[in-house]
Amino acid sequence: MFSTRSLKSAAAAIAIAVTVTGAGCKKAKVDPFPASDAVAGWQKTSDTRVFAAKDLWQYIDGDADQYIQAGVVSASTSDYKYKNQVEAVVDIYTMGDQAGAHKILAGDESKSGKSVSLGDEAVAFEQSVTFRKGASLVRIVAYNSTPDSQQALLALAHGIDARL
Amino acid sequence: MKDRREFMKEVAAGAMLMSSGSKLGLAAIRGENTQTAKSRVVIARNPELHGTGANTATQPDEKRVQDLLDRAIEAYTGHTKPVAAWKSLVPMDKVIGLKVNGLGSKGIATHTALIMAVAERLQQAGVKPGNIVVWDQNVHFLQACGMTVNTDPGKMRAYSSDVAGWEDEQSAWGVARIRLTKILTRDCDMVINMPILKDHEGAGVTFAMKNMYGVVDKPFTLHANHCNPAVADLNCIPVIRDKVRFTIGDAMSSVYDGGPGFHPERLWYPNTLLIGEDRVALDTIAWEMIERKRAEAGLPTLEAAGRPPHYIAAAADPKRGLGTNDPKRIQRVEI
Repeated sequence: MFSTRSLKSAAAAIAIAVTVTGAGCKKAKVDPFPASDAVAGWQKTSDTRVFAAKDLWQYIDGDADQYIQAGVVSASTSDYKYKNQVEAVVDIYTMGDQAGAHKILAGDESKSGKSVSLGDEAVAFEQSVTFRKGASLVRIVAYNSTPDSQQALLALAHGIDARL
Repeated sequence: MKDRREFMKEVAAGAMLMSSGSKLGLAAIRGENTQTAKSRVVIARNPELHGTGANTATQPDEKRVQDLLDRAIEAYTGHTKPVAAWKSLVPMDKVIGLKVNGLGSKGIATHTALIMAVAERLQQAGVKPGNIVVWDQNVHFLQACGMTVNTDPGKMRAYSSDVAGWEDEQSAWGVARIRLTKILTRDCDMVINMPILKDHEGAGVTFAMKNMYGVVDKPFTLHANHCNPAVADLNCIPVIRDKVRFTIGDAMSSVYDGGPGFHPERLWYPNTLLIGEDRVALDTIAWEMIERKRAEAGLPTLEAAGRPPHYIAAAADPKRGLGTNDPKRIQRVEI
């Protein structure tokens, strides 16, 4: 015979197991910003700063309006450095929907860029890569360039793509 | 050839055009006002500021920046020695603010080399290091300009408006109703405006007058109607009009589209400094530069793009009288 205490313990264990198993079915939330060396050669050199839509002006006043009109929910940003040679910034905009993200990506500027296979759609320049994945819009910009900086930017972009 | 006396007379007349009673700067130092005087703007260029060809560098050469600044200030004041020139521009016993612009991140911010060049000449002219305050809206913008926060009065200071705080009381002129940073209202006696030339998604162009958005608590409240007449009205607020007396405009690098953020694919190197007291005249020339570059790149005019900087004309109208946008009343000194 099982005692009441034993039955209660078994029930609690089953509940925990169900909860853990259930949680395991969902994709765990992953920080989209790769840690240092998670992408070869790249170091994350600052904390991630997060701005709600209403505070976006504190980060990109002047540019913020077009993101707000496109339905931005929040923006996150962090600095990176590649082999101590290339400094870059990664901005991840969480938009209300993918149409909003597409609207920003499809701006005039993207017409002169090179289309690359990344996320759902992407455009690359020598010193920048912008891509959309679902309702997320990612912009990576290097402050300087080296012969291998474009490849490095794309590698970092793929690292972020895998985390979104 | 003009002799030195004639030259200095022109300098004085040009400087007085914008006088509004301030006790600081050239306006107070020289001659009498005149309605016929022209606003003097020095356009100083060195095509090799960033090197040439394959050796083009992201940052300009420090020594060349200092030389260009010296030549520009000498041309503006008529002095042949930079220290003497600076002595004629700023009061030595006052606190001088340098309002820089780092909003576009370190890719397109007022260059460290220029800030340090100005700070060095100010000190050589007799301004105490602690009486020089480099500032911008927040610490990240300051860092983008290569500045490290320092509030030690024994050294050149650098701190941001969000740390210094904002006046409780609103200041207002026309459509501009904002709170001003205490760095402007309390800490500085005179401000040297040090914007960086950029295209601007809303305003069309950002340079001298638009840089004042960095002295208010909520600049986004001034964005309606392509910032017109908000930019002009903001510059009419007496403490801005009176204290921000001189501009050393950084057009060494610029973005001609997609601004005010950094877009390396739209970056170009005008290798130019624009110097003067008339903020409207400076912005008029800045606008011309952006339009010339956009035309060269096959882009539409700012008017055709739906964002002409009409605030410049608003600033020049008689109601505001901030300066002139009339090319005939701008004396361009190109060196």
